[in-house]
Amino acid sequence: MVQADPVGVLTGTHYLDGDHAAAEGACSAGCRFFAGYPITPSTEVAERVALRFPLIGGTFIQMEDELASIAAVLGGSWGGLKSMTVTSGPGFSLMMENIGLGVMMEVPCVVINVQRGGPSTGLPTLPAQADMMQARWGSHGDYELIALSPNSPQECFDLTIESFNLSEQWRVPVLVMMDECIGHMTERVVIPEAGEIELVERRYTNLNPDDYLPYKPCEDLVPEMAPIGYGYRFHTTGLTHDERGYPSMNAETQQRCVGRLLDKINLNRDEIIHVDKHYLDDADIVVVSYGISSRVAIPAVEKARREGIKVGELRLVTVWPFPEKLIRELAGNVKAFIMPEINHGQVVLELERCAGGRAETRLVKHAGGWVHDPETIYEAIREAAK
Amino acid sequence: MPESNYWRKPFDADKVKSPDGTVYVIKDRCKGCGFCVEFCPRGVLVLSTEFNRKGYHPPEVIHPDRCVNCDLCERICPEFAIYCLNQEEIIELAP
Amino acid sequence: MTVTEVKPDTTRKIPEHPKSLLLRMDRMPHIWCSRCGIGITVGCFASAMEKTGLSPDDITVTSGIGCTGRVAGYVKADSFHTTHGRAIPFTVGLALTRPDLKHVVFSGDGDLISIGGNHFIHAARRNQNMLVICVNNFTYAMTGGQLAPTTPVTARATTAPYGSFERPFSLPTLAISAGASYVARWTSLHIRRITDSMTEALQRRGFRFIEIIAPCSTIYARRNKLGTGLDLMKYYYENSVIDHNASVDDLDIGFQSKIVVGKFVDKDRPSYGKSMHEHFRKVLGNKYQPPVSGKMEIDKSWSGCTESQDTTVTDEVQS
Ligand SMILES: Cc1ncc(C[n+]2csc(CCOP(=O)(O)OP(=O)(O)O)c2C)c(N)n1
Ligand code: SF4
Ligand code: SF4
Ligand code: SF4
Repeated sequence: MVQADPVGVLTGTHYLDGDHAAAEGACSAGCRFFAGYPITPSTEVAERVALRFPLIGGTFIQMEDELASIAAVLGGSWGGLKSMTVTSGPGFSLMMENIGLGVMMEVPCVVINVQRGGPSTGLPTLPAQADMMQARWGSHGDYELIALSPNSPQECFDLTIESFNLSEQWRVPVLVMMDECIGHMTERVVIPEAGEIELVERRYTNLNPDDYLPYKPCEDLVPEMAPIGYGYRFHTTGLTHDERGYPSMNAETQQRCVGRLLDKINLNRDEIIHVDKHYLDDADIVVVSYGISSRVAIPAVEKARREGIKVGELRLVTVWPFPEKLIRELAGNVKAFIMPEINHGQVVLELERCAGGRAETRLVKHAGGWVHDPETIYEAIREAAK
Repeated sequence: MPESNYWRKPFDADKVKSPDGTVYVIKDRCKGCGFCVEFCPRGVLVLSTEFNRKGYHPPEVIHPDRCVNCDLCERICPEFAIYCLNQEEIIELAP
Repeated sequence: MTVTEVKPDTTRKIPEHPKSLLLRMDRMPHIWCSRCGIGITVGCFASAMEKTGLSPDDITVTSGIGCTGRVAGYVKADSFHTTHGRAIPFTVGLALTRPDLKHVVFSGDGDLISIGGNHFIHAARRNQNMLVICVNNFTYAMTGGQLAPTTPVTARATTAPYGSFERPFSLPTLAISAGASYVARWTSLHIRRITDSMTEALQRRGFRFIEIIAPCSTIYARRNKLGTGLDLMKYYYENSVIDHNASVDDLDIGFQSKIVVGKFVDKDRPSYGKSMHEHFRKVLGNKYQPPVSGKMEIDKSWSGCTESQDTTVTDEVQS
């Protein structure tokens, strides 16, 4: 861990919307390369970065499309700078192939998706949480990555920094799954002193070029990177590859290569996953939520508590990887899980799988365009408590 | 074997007497395309009748004395299987 | 006709191939077919590297997908085999974060001009700092010979079984009109010209483009009954016309027509990075913080391998 470079840190108390706060998070995290393409409701992130980067030594480029943006971000990260792009649904769809390349080549980078209603062009200016499964499964093939979900402008700042840290630590693209509501909500955002912001730096190899294998994992299953132009002359490819980084297309290498990419995240879940728990100790019913829905759930939980219903709240700060172990534990002790999502049932599928029939799971769905009325969540809690 | 003229003739070709370079063929890397044979300005090479491990006919040097070390065969070879070295280079690249 | 002892012998250890420092000889033989032209262009690139005196640590090589897309895997430099069409934007990222290095994109016509066409024109427009080498074999070879945006009218492809009737792109014309700083076209027969062009272009800045017409023996030549790659090489010999001052109208290529080759553009235009730098310096004055480079960040955070490295820092914002 190192401390943030004060050049990028706008220490103080600000009133910022989530988009601007995320941009500041990137500046504070030491992100110095940004490639993006405008799309509502994420554009403000790019705009803020375009404004700030020339003042803090960053390079901002508006690319010709989202395919180019994510490709440039991967290149920028290999070039040695922390790199990020931002988009919303339609652009996220275009980025999918190269998010997979980022997973395969193990490129640290951050992609922010300020979710809007879909499918297709959908609701450009209104919120949804309907890209959650796309974040998990949208690129082809088997893979694991990390997705976080902030629920306030402050968290847009904090979790953007956290995303850069996670991406460097695990050499994986990290997705910040915001939504229009959080992106455009203005609140107090406290940006600490640079000295209080801890950053994970890239793990470069100390081996000599002759001894270095670009895809030989360390103990935590993450291989060390080599800087370009320093004699390593490494090769990296989106094809299935061996430890030398050379294509090797057969079932055995596929198992070893993809197996490790999955294990790297799965076996390190405890270290990666971050959740918030409220009133879980005595809970019969647990509201599991993430992003804006977790805020909307608070008044519903409070109201039910006041009425004596033993309801707790579990907020997924990390949505992917999913906190499977925790849900399995809780499932043995509680009667029901309730999950409000601004979609017709996505993360709830995973919840249901982990609950394994031992506790009931109820979805409080919403097609998007606005957030839940807390009453609907409250009603679901009451129903479950009956 | 026709002595092709697809490459410019070295201007001093007629004066050259002794071989300026030594041609090496990594036979098992060759895919028998014939480019080197066809375009060698001095007709140094022919495709041999022997088969390499992959079943191709690698080139064979039939007129070593005519070679002017122009490097054409080296650069036109898509397989990096043939190259011509002068004495200095041989020493430099010796195994 | 005397046969002397120079006859090579593989049982005997022979000197290394002179390009073995620049190519991944541990991966030879490569995947390309017999009589394919791609390998020739790679050999020329290695020669050009040698001529410029650049070390492999001064460059990166990035490819997309396709037969030509495998080039990155055979050049012994830091090399990136990316996704179909995205080698150029990937390299935009590399070039902007490592302006101290030379960045090369090496890929096929389908990759760079069809699926990656939008990136191609925009990178040329912005004069992004990279040398783009395109091997044009008039078809999608890796996937079995489908129609490409370069397939000449009447030539056959698996997806144009009755012959193509689409007007193809002339790649130099496209590059010139999009604003490239350096534009040349050769065929794989022009080994010295290719090498010279690559040598020259490696030393320039901005968006540089070299098209190399090369045989796809297995698929394009066979399907169109043109013989083998060797016959196509002979066709290039007989039908290419060097004309550095050719007008763009002359640059179209018909089926087995003459091919106008040459160096068409070589001009100095500020690259993207340079324009950015000058612009911000002018409008922001002292508030402007020139961009940090990946090299600076690496040097800051890396305790480093023990191998001695060239630490000269070129003007970081020249890209
Ligand atoms: C997104 C995507 N679409 C399609 C393909 C399939 N594909 C692989 S290579 C290729 C064409 C390559 O043609 P070209 O760039 O001309 O290279 P060549 O093989 O002729 O050298 C295609 C369509 C792919 N890999 N990715
Ligand atoms: S170097 Fe090669 S091409 Fe040139 S004369 Fe000798 S054998 Fe022929
Ligand atoms: S050019 Fe190379 S591959 Fe072709 S025949 Fe000659 S040595 Fe063999
Ligand atoms: S299919 Fe065509 S382009 Fe591909 S390696 Fe074979 S000859 Fe070359």
